[in-house]
Amino acid sequence: MSTSLENAIVEVCASVGNEPSRLMDVAREIQARFGCVSAEAIDGIHTHLGVSRPTARSLVSFYSFLSEKPKGRVVIRLCDDPVDRLFGHDRVLKAFSDELGIPVGGTTTDGAFSLERTACIGMSDHAPAALVNETPVTDLSTDKAREIVAELRAHMSPDRLVKKLGDGNNGHPLVRSMVENHIRKAGPIVLTEHHHGEATRKAAAMSPTEVIRSVKAARLRGRGGAGFPTGIKWEMARAAPGPRKFLVCNADEGEPGTFKDRVLLTEFPDRVFAGMTIAGYAIGAREGILYLRAEYAYLRRFLEDVLAQRRAEGLLGKSIAARHSFDFDIRIQMGAGAYVCGEESALLNSCEGLRGDPRNRPPFPAQKGYLGCPTIVNNVETLACVARILDAGPATFSEYGTKQSAGSKLLSISGDVGMAGVYEVPFGVTLRDVLTMADSRETQAVQIGGPSGRMVGPSEFDRTICYDDLATGGAMAVFGPDRNPIEIARLYMEFFEDESCGFCTPCRVGNGLLRRGLDKVLAGRGEPSDLVQFEEVARTMKATSRCGLGQTSFNPVLTTLASFRPLFDSLVKEDPKKFRRSFDLEASTREAARIRTGGAR
Amino acid sequence: MSKPRIATTSLCGCFGCHMSLLDIDERILALAELVEFDKSPINDHKDFTARCAVGLIEGGCANAENVHVLRRFREQCDVLVSVGDCATMGGIPALRNLVPLEECLREAYVDGPSVFNPGGRIPDDPEIPMLLDKVYPAQEVVRIDYHIPGCPPSADTLWKTLTALLGGTSVELPYELIKYD
Repeated sequence: MSTSLENAIVEVCASVGNEPSRLMDVAREIQARFGCVSAEAIDGIHTHLGVSRPTARSLVSFYSFLSEKPKGRVVIRLCDDPVDRLFGHDRVLKAFSDELGIPVGGTTTDGAFSLERTACIGMSDHAPAALVNETPVTDLSTDKAREIVAELRAHMSPDRLVKKLGDGNNGHPLVRSMVENHIRKAGPIVLTEHHHGEATRKAAAMSPTEVIRSVKAARLRGRGGAGFPTGIKWEMARAAPGPRKFLVCNADEGEPGTFKDRVLLTEFPDRVFAGMTIAGYAIGAREGILYLRAEYAYLRRFLEDVLAQRRAEGLLGKSIAARHSFDFDIRIQMGAGAYVCGEESALLNSCEGLRGDPRNRPPFPAQKGYLGCPTIVNNVETLACVARILDAGPATFSEYGTKQSAGSKLLSISGDVGMAGVYEVPFGVTLRDVLTMADSRETQAVQIGGPSGRMVGPSEFDRTICYDDLATGGAMAVFGPDRNPIEIARLYMEFFEDESCGFCTPCRVGNGLLRRGLDKVLAGRGEPSDLVQFEEVARTMKATSRCGLGQTSFNPVLTTLASFRPLFDSLVKEDPKKFRRSFDLEASTREAARIRTGGAR
Repeated sequence: MSKPRIATTSLCGCFGCHMSLLDIDERILALAELVEFDKSPINDHKDFTARCAVGLIEGGCANAENVHVLRRFREQCDVLVSVGDCATMGGIPALRNLVPLEECLREAYVDGPSVFNPGGRIPDDPEIPMLLDKVYPAQEVVRIDYHIPGCPPSADTLWKTLTALLGGTSVELPYELIKYD
C-alpha cells in the first residue's frame, strides 16, 4: 500500500475515534481524497478501523457515491428523476457525453472526468439539474452542458461554476450555490419568521412529559408521509428502558420530486435543530444525528456553522437554556447516495456504517434503534413543526388544517407548472386549488409522492391533501396534456428497480417485472393478461416485501392503471392465436444469425 | 363420443418429464382408455392428425424450431399445459441466459478444454435451427393454461392432473406432490 494512502487511512480513522460504526465517514473521506475506495484502501480500513473486509466492501458497493474503481477528479452526476427525464435530461446527457468523449458511467483516460446518472437530487424545480462533485448546477441545457465542460477543463473547480448566487441563504458564504429556494407560498406554520431560541427555552421550562403533551395536543403527525402521531412515538421511546437514547433527523429526502427539506435546511435550519433538541429532551436523548443525504453535501458547512452558533448561545451542548441536565448535541451523518436509506431502519444501518438494508421489525427503532438503543427518527419537516408548536403553542398549530390532519404541509411542486417550487398549504386543501396556485394548465396527471404515492387524473382533482385522502411526503409532479402517463409510471418503476436494496426477492424482482410489463404495454405488445399480472405482482410485493419500499413501490403502476384505464386498454390486445405478442422470433434469433454469418455486432 | 385427443412434445428439455409420464406404469392402460394419443414422442407421430383437447409441453424454447412446434401446439390444442420446470421457468437450460450467446457457442465448439475442432468453426448448417438469444419459458412464447411444477413432476402428479383435466374436475394436488425440497 502506498504510504500516502496508509497515512490518510490512519488519519481519517483517528478522526472518528477509530470507531468501526463510523465506517461510512471513513469511506466517504477516502473516496473524496483518492477518487475511490480501492481494494488496497479496504485492506487498510480493515487493519486500522477493525471492520472486516467484506463489511467494508459491501458498504462501498452499496452506495452510489462510493466506488472501488477510480472515478474522475470531477464527477458529473446528472439527475434522472422522472421530471428531469421529461425536461430534456436525455439531450443534456448526450451533450455532456459528446463533449467529454465518454459514455455514461465512463471516466476520461486522463482521470479528470466521470459522467454518471443519479437518482433524484432534490432539484426537480430546477430540472434538468446535475451535481458536479458536490456543487449543484441547475436548469441545464445542451449549451450550458458544453460550457460547463469547457470551463471545468480550464480550472477543474466545480465551485467556480457558480456565477449567480441563489436567493436567501443560498448566497451565504458557506453555501454559495446557484440553487433558488422557489418558496412560492409561505406560512403561517412552518415557512415563517420565528423567535430564535424561544422554542428551546420554552421547552426547557417544561418537563419532558409536558413537552410530549403539547405535541400530542397539537395533533402533530409525521411529515414523511406515513403520518404516525409524533407524540405517541416519542412516548414509546421515552418509556423504553436504557441509559442511552438517540434522536435522528431524517434529511434523506429521496422521493423523486421532493425538495422541500432542501429549502427547510437552507432557510430554517435553526428551527429544525431546535425541533431536534426539543425532541431529544422529550424522549431523554442526549445525542442527535442529522442524516444528511449526500446530494445535499453543499449545505454541510453551513449547517455545521448553525450548530456551532447554537452551541455558542447555549442552545446546544450542556445545560441547554440554563436548565441543569438538559444536555443534547447534534452531529451530522452524511449519506452516500441510496434512496432506501430514507426508510428509517435502513437509515439507522447507514448511520452505523453498514449497507442501507432495512431491518426486520419489530423491534421498532423506538425500542431498539441506533447502536441498539431506543431511537426516534423524525422527518425534517416534522421537527420544524415541533419547534413551531413549542414556540407558538399547540392551539395555533392545530387550528390550522383539518381535524385528523392538523397544521400545514409543505409541497414540492414541479413538472408542467408555471411556478415550480415549495408551497406551504393547510391540510385539507383540494388538489385543484393547489394546481391553480402553481399555475398549471390542462393538467393530465399528477404524481403525488410519498410512501403511498399515487398517480391521479383530472377526475380526482377535487380530492384533498391530508392523511385520510391524498397522503403525501410532499412531492407533487405535475404532467401536462402531451405526456404519456404510462411512460411516467415506467420512469418511476425504473427508479424503484434501481433503488431496491435487493435484499428481499419480492421487491428486487417485482419492481423489474412491473417495469418490463410497462415496457411491453408501451411497445404495443401487451395483452390484457399483463394488466392482471400487474395486480398480482403488486399483491405479492405488498404482502411479502421487507420494508416500505417494496410494500408501496408498485403504487405508480396500480394508480396509473386505475386513473388511466382506457389508455391501457387501448394499448393491449389479445392475440387471436393465443401467441404472446411480446415474443418476437425475428429479434430473438438476430444474434444467432449474426454469429452464423460472422457479422459485426 | 370419440375420446379426447392428447398431444405431447419435448422442446428444450431432457425428456425426463416424458419418462415421468411413463412412470404411471400400468395406469397407462387406463389412460389409453381415456384418451387418444395424437402427435407425441410416445407413439412417434410426427404431426397432428386432428385437433387435440390437451397439449403437454415439456421444456422451454431455446431455438426457432422449439418456437414453431410450440406455436403449432397452441394452434392445435384447446388446453396447453407446461409440464416441469423447464417449460414453466426455463429450468437448467436457462442457465445459459447468464452468458452471451456467442460466448456459449465458442465455449462449446472452440474454446472448451475438451473440444477438438481444428477448423474452429461453429456449426452453421442451414438445417440447424437458429438459437434464440436466450431460453424462454413456454409461457413467454404462447399463452399457457396450466403449469405443473417439478423436475420432473412425479407420475402421480401428472396422473392426478391429467385425470382431473379430462374429467372436468378441479386439480387438487396434495402438498407431498408439489413439495420439492
